[in-house]
Order: sequence, then C-alpha cells, then structure tokens
Amino acid sequence: MIIRDKMTLELLDISAPISSTYSLQEIEFSLDAGSIAAIIGPNGAGKTSLLRAICGDLPISSGEILFNGKPAHQWSEQEKALCMAVLPQHSLLDFPFSAHEVVTMGRIPHSTSSKRNKEIVDKALKLVDCAHLAGRSYVNLSGGEKQRIQLARIAAQIWEPVDAGERCLILDEPSASLDLAHQEMVLELFRYFANQGVAIIVVLHDLNLAAKCADKMLVLNDGKMVAFGAPEEVVNQAMLKLVFNTSALVQVNPLRGTPLVIT
Amino acid sequence: MNRLNYRNVITALICGLPLVMLVYLAVGPSFISPLKLFASAQGDSGLVGQSLDAVILKSIRLPRVLVAASVGACLACCGAAMQGLFRNPLADPSLIGVSSGASAGASFMIVFGMGYINSGAVLGLSLISVGAVIGAVLAVFLVYKMATNSYGTSVVTMLLSGVAIGAVASALNNLFGYFADSEMLRRISVWEMGNLDGANWERFGLIAFVGIILIIRLPKHGLALNAFLLGESEARHLGISVNKVKRELIFLTALAVGISVVISGNIAFVGLVVPHILRGFIGPDHRYLLPSSALAGAMLLVVADMIARTVIAPAELPAGILTALVGAPVFFYLLIRGKASSNLDKL
Repeated sequence: MIIRDKMTLELLDISAPISSTYSLQEIEFSLDAGSIAAIIGPNGAGKTSLLRAICGDLPISSGEILFNGKPAHQWSEQEKALCMAVLPQHSLLDFPFSAHEVVTMGRIPHSTSSKRNKEIVDKALKLVDCAHLAGRSYVNLSGGEKQRIQLARIAAQIWEPVDAGERCLILDEPSASLDLAHQEMVLELFRYFANQGVAIIVVLHDLNLAAKCADKMLVLNDGKMVAFGAPEEVVNQAMLKLVFNTSALVQVNPLRGTPLVIT
Repeated sequence: MNRLNYRNVITALICGLPLVMLVYLAVGPSFISPLKLFASAQGDSGLVGQSLDAVILKSIRLPRVLVAASVGACLACCGAAMQGLFRNPLADPSLIGVSSGASAGASFMIVFGMGYINSGAVLGLSLISVGAVIGAVLAVFLVYKMATNSYGTSVVTMLLSGVAIGAVASALNNLFGYFADSEMLRRISVWEMGNLDGANWERFGLIAFVGIILIIRLPKHGLALNAFLLGESEARHLGISVNKVKRELIFLTALAVGISVVISGNIAFVGLVVPHILRGFIGPDHRYLLPSSALAGAMLLVVADMIARTVIAPAELPAGILTALVGAPVFFYLLIRGKASSNLDKL
C-alpha cells in the first residue's frame, strides 16, 4: 500500500448508481487533512448521494474511495466510526432523549471514560451554543435547535485525535434551518476542526456561505463533477448560468475577498 | 424533563417483585403461608411426609408464579427491544409474526390433530404447543426472508411483511376454526386467550433457559438500540454492526416470544405497555429500559395471574384477559397525563 502524504480522503474516478436511470459518474477529487470542501449544485444533482457514497451508505460500481490511504470498504464500521462522523440532512429521532443524551451518543464508538465523555459533550454543546438546552427533551426542541444538537453529536464523535487515522467530518446541509448568527457559528465550528487537521466535506445550498468557508468547491450537476477548485476559480457567471440556469452577478466580498453572488 | 432516577426505579422493582411473588404464593382457593415452603424444605422429602399445603405450594403455585414472572419478563424486554429496533413506541413483539404464526400452528394441531392431541408430549409440551412452535418459526422465517436482500434487512419491509404474514396466519386460523367442531373451537379460543394454568416445572425450565439467554445477550445491545433510534445509517456511522445486531435481536425475540406463546398462549399487551410506561418514567435509554422492563413485565404478569386465579375462585380466568384489562387503563391514563404535561412543556 502506498502511503499518500496527508490525504485524508481520495475519490478515484468513482461511479455509483443512484436509481436505474441515474448515477454518479466519474467523480475524482481528494481532500487533505485540515481542508474544507463544499459541494454545491442544483436540486437532484446527486450531492447527498455523493456523501452517501463517501460514507459507505451507497455502494459504488467502479473506482475507489481511499480513506486515510486505505480503501473505504476495508475499514470496519467500528474503526471508521472512530475518525469519521456523518451529519444527515434529516434527523429521525423521535424518542424523548435529553439533548445531553443525544450528544453523548456521539461517544459510542470510543472507549473513553464516562467522565471524559461528559467533559467532551459539555464542550461540544457549548461549541454549538446549546449548553442551556442540555437537560431539555430533544423532541420538544425547535428544528434549528435539533440541528445544532445533531451537530454537537458529530462534533463529540471526532472531538479528539485518534490512532485510527486522520479525522473527517461529512455534513449534509448543516445550516439549512439555522438563523444567520448560527450559520456563522457553523463556519466557526468548521474552522475550529479544520485547524486541528480534520478534513471537512459539506453540502451547502447557500453559495456565499460555501464560498466563505471552503478551501475547495465541488460543483455537481446531473451526477457529474462540473468543477473542482478554489472558490474564486469556481464561482463565476458562466458556471451559474450553466449549472443553476441563473443570471447572477459575481462580485468580490468586500469583507473577505471571496466571491459574492448577487441575484 | 421530570424523570425518575433509573437506579431508584430498578431498585424498587427488584424489591417489589419478590414481595408480589410471595403474595401470589399465599393467595388462592386456600390461603397458605409461603413460610411453609421453607418449613417443609427442611422436613422429609416425598409426598407422604409433607402437608397438603406444602404440596400445593411446591408443585402448583411455585412453578406457576415462576413461569408467570419469566414469561412476563421475556415479553416485556423483547417488547422494549422491538420498539427500539422499529423506532416505534407502538411496536410489539408480535409484529414480526411470532404470535400469529403460533396461533395458526396451534389451531391447525387442535383441528387436524385432535385424535392424537392427548397422546404425544415433548419436553412437557402438548402437541398443540409443538404446532405453535412450528407456526411461530415459519412465520418469523418468512417475515425475515421477505425483508432481507443482499444489502441487509429493511426494518420497514419487515414491519409490512409482518402485517401481511399476520393477516395470512389469522386467515388460516379462521379457516381451521371454520372446520372445527364446538369442542375444538373452545380449545382454540381458550388457547388464544393466554393462560398459565398449564405451568409446571418442565415448562419453567424451558422458559427460564430462554430467559437466561435473554439476560446474557440483550443488555449488550442497549447502546446499539439507542443508536438505532437516531436512524439506521446513523447507527452504522457510530460503529454499530447494524445487520448483525438486527439479526440477533430478531432471533432472540422470536425465540423468547415463541416459547412464551407456547407455554402460555397469547398474553396480550405486556410487550407493548410495559416498556412504554417505563420510558415515561426513566427515559428511553435502553441500557436501563431493558432490565427494568423485564422486572416490571414479570411483576405485571404475576399480579394479573394472581387476580385471574382468585377473582372468580374456585374457577379461573385466563391471565391474558387480565393483562389487557389491567394494562390498558393504566396505558390510557399515562397517555392522557403525558399529553397534558407535554402541552404544558410547550407553553
């Protein structure tokens, strides 16, 4: 096995059938430790399916996914859960766990002491601005609060470096039901983990949010990869017209220098 | 959230169960002090040296209360496991087709094996029970096969095929009933009501064996069941071997509920109500829900059978009727109270 330098996640020319007529085709990119990749694209482009392929929920028909240099299918579920955490688009949880208990489930893969787990869970709750919700019943929380609790759960899962490999966060629209302040909080959470060397791959609908946080952006359309590169290379009027069929103005964000889409 | 501490609840149940069982031993057509059990144990073995009271205790009431407790415990903790597996607080062990399959098997034997019914006995079980075992195994096997493909077992398909198999089994049940004479019909319906009057030491041995397997295996899956409540792929991403856990839970439930049905017929409601009520008290964490359900299930069935034995003494009611009559109003009360308090929570 060739050990590639610092690449946490590599997709080598993968294809995966989504339905009988639709599939992900020939997607190839890599993500090194500590970098953030945002997947963008119109509805039904295959963004969620791509995440499912990466985390092993959608079987791939060709190509290979390498996680920490080792083919993804060779990772056991237990081992992978130590260093890869996944935030789904919707949460199904319908049982009256307390918010604290939900976040504690993020520690299931680890054999750390329950005292250490509690410390981590408290910190993770603070990180998503939910410390005050710890004792509340999850089912009675608002949509945005639930979303933040789930974020805290996956943050707790990959809180500390582990021997199993470099850590990776996979998130499907983490900011979908969050207010403006908490969208910024999500970006800060990304930076917090990226600075520790966690690779982050995230589906975002808000192009400006994506351009603000991502090192690399991946544009997906009809199951194919249209572009992969730095935000200023990827976000331009031609791409917006081609992929989103929208005429929009692209300017430079005066605060950060990243591309700013104005519609 | 106003929950009770699970430690207190489990301690209370551990203390309460033996008390209830002692009361059970004492009451009946004749009052017998349970102390005689211990007194006679020191005396001569052999029936001649024992008083009638000691014989009643030793060979009738004691095995029966132990069977009641074991069956109640098996049904309730399997109910808790199924509610977790199906992510549905209204799931019931019978959802995977065990009970309906067993009923159809039993009626088949009653109707078509009538001539031999009192002749053969295996492990202290009648021919009817053998029919029930075969029916239960067949039903679960079919449900599981239908819901399983190369990617694993789909819980939703299982739920649906459980309903379908249940419909087929009850149609068969009716069909056998249609061919039955009135004596057979009565046997079928008494069997289906759920009754503990056939309890003896052999049957206790069988259900205790199953109960021990459950006690050893089920609690290992407490955390996995918690993770299941987040969703199946979420559980996988938390490192749970989803398909392995599912297979084992289904197998254990089929075994325990199948044997319970064979020993005592269909005891309604214990598997549904007990975990549901306890979840209201101690929360949904399966690490504590599974053991406390087992204890509370044992207690509920002991109490129900005690009432069933005494309320129209010297005759008996089937315990299955009592579990539903006792369990359902408690369930209603908690539902209404829960609704009121959750509305308050939102205000």
